Amino acid sequence: MELVIKKKSKRRWRMTVLFTVMATVLAVAAYTFLILKHDPALVNLGERLWPVSMEHPLGTDHLGRDVLTRLLLGAQLTVGYGLLSLFAAVIIGVPFGVIAGFKGGLIDRIFMRIADAFLSFPDTIVAIVLSGLLGPGIENLLLAIVLVKWVNYARLVRSTVITERQKDYVTAAKINGLSSFGIMRKHLFPHLIGNVLVLASLDLGKIILLISSLSYIGLGAQPPAPEWGAMLNDARPYFQSNMLLMIYPGLAIVFVVLLSNILGDYLRDAFDVKKEVES
Amino acid sequence: MFRILVRRFIEVVIFVLVITFISFLFVRLAPGDPVLSILQVDDVSITNEQVNELREELGFNEPLLVQYGDWFTDFIQLDFGNSYLTNQPVMEMIMSGLPATIELAVGALLVMLGIAIPLGSLAALYRGSWIDQISRAVSLLGAAIPSFWLGLLLIDLFAVRWGALPTMGRDGFRSLILPSVTLGLAITSVYVRLLRSSLIDSLSHDFIRAARSRGISEMRIFFAHAFRYSLPPVITVFGVSLGSLIGGVVVIEVIFAYPGIGKMVVDSIRSRDYPVIQGYLLVMAIIVFMVNSAVDLSYRYLNPELRLKERKHGKWS
Repeated sequence: MELVIKKKSKRRWRMTVLFTVMATVLAVAAYTFLILKHDPALVNLGERLWPVSMEHPLGTDHLGRDVLTRLLLGAQLTVGYGLLSLFAAVIIGVPFGVIAGFKGGLIDRIFMRIADAFLSFPDTIVAIVLSGLLGPGIENLLLAIVLVKWVNYARLVRSTVITERQKDYVTAAKINGLSSFGIMRKHLFPHLIGNVLVLASLDLGKIILLISSLSYIGLGAQPPAPEWGAMLNDARPYFQSNMLLMIYPGLAIVFVVLLSNILGDYLRDAFDVKKEVES
Repeated sequence: MFRILVRRFIEVVIFVLVITFISFLFVRLAPGDPVLSILQVDDVSITNEQVNELREELGFNEPLLVQYGDWFTDFIQLDFGNSYLTNQPVMEMIMSGLPATIELAVGALLVMLGIAIPLGSLAALYRGSWIDQISRAVSLLGAAIPSFWLGLLLIDLFAVRWGALPTMGRDGFRSLILPSVTLGLAITSVYVRLLRSSLIDSLSHDFIRAARSRGISEMRIFFAHAFRYSLPPVITVFGVSLGSLIGGVVVIEVIFAYPGIGKMVVDSIRSRDYPVIQGYLLVMAIIVFMVNSAVDLSYRYLNPELRLKERKHGKWS
């Protein structure tokens, strides 16, 4: 018994650390403008490819721009884009899932067919092809990601609603005269939040990787935006003389993705939703 | 089984219909006029007459739905038209790039198996040991490292600094090593963890204890019994994560300037060569369909329970 409690408190402690780190990253990303000393887009060819100094803690890039500044702004862009597309996918997916799960019948069947069709196809490819058809650019890439991701949330929500709807407490609530909306709000919603949160945090890492890889090959964020993938693309020609220019953005991506994956794993254990999210 | 295949086929058809219609609309409504972009290739001034002629020839003056119908009939007959850029038939371009891409994908899968099987097995056999910890660290990091970054670092290390391997192009076996290793490492992490947990699960079953009591050697128990039983979930995930393999191929091909269909599609996206993009999409849909069907069939082979159930309930249930 004691062991279980110990294990739990250890986990809670780790969780606190994780959340703190994540919150710090988000805060840095959101409030970069307060700590920035340099203009991220200011080209200064006299200072190009400078090594580490007091003025430029991580040196400057091939156009003399401060690397640290761009890296921090990159956090805002990279994490921001990831969160934005996730948020949009959730906002579209959840209502669809609720309606399909709650109403059932024809709407549900049509919806399921569309969802299955989307899920039968690898979303990376759809994102690449869609952003390709729309034309290279970060807006189109984000749109493509939302288009392929919302289905996952709709399906997850639908299956949660269908399982919960059949349970006795919902019947009891119905007998007591609670309206569909009331049942939804009071009883089903708490279940949904956990599941959606877990799936979203596991998705965030993947989306960030997708955005930065596609930005690297020129299909996402376009220069001079300091998105990390685009920064790597900028640094590529100089990677023999200035290896570090390639190291920083890469490490930044690894750090953020690692963080969101670990967070997702913990949330999954905490909400105990392994099965539903994975299926 | 037959039913599953039919259902899957219908799904693919619906998907292709939805996606092609969307893509068709995008192409027609896209900001750049395709007619202009075809004509502008030659850098000669364009007359209005030429534009109208080509419009008529490509059927752009018909109603949208008629256009879509015409286009779709060609499309399903694998006639994707010609590339706007090179005027080469799209199907020819795809067919010339496909072998290179398949080589790369197979190479990556071999690298993945070469890492995931030993690491996953050892982690399952020695749970909680240092090797288990290593496998956990490898899969956590593996899932977080962008494959393109890993590829760049490997290029820098092996090709530029040590000059041991070629950095780009496709020229024999040696040029395949770096791209395959990069892609292989990028997809390994999922399988290590999965194989581990699946093996742990199957080692705890009664049939393992029964095999031990019959005096079968541990080696044989592990490989002939436990390993086989733990494969279906791994294969399922292979079907599901096929996309990350295909998507990874695209990025890796661009980094290594490897002449497969992934690089082809990125190049055509850059030059807005729509027929090539659409052709790529359909070919991918076919590949995904075939792999997923093969995954379904392999279940029956690997899991005798399923076959028994089918025999009991009649063939088509």
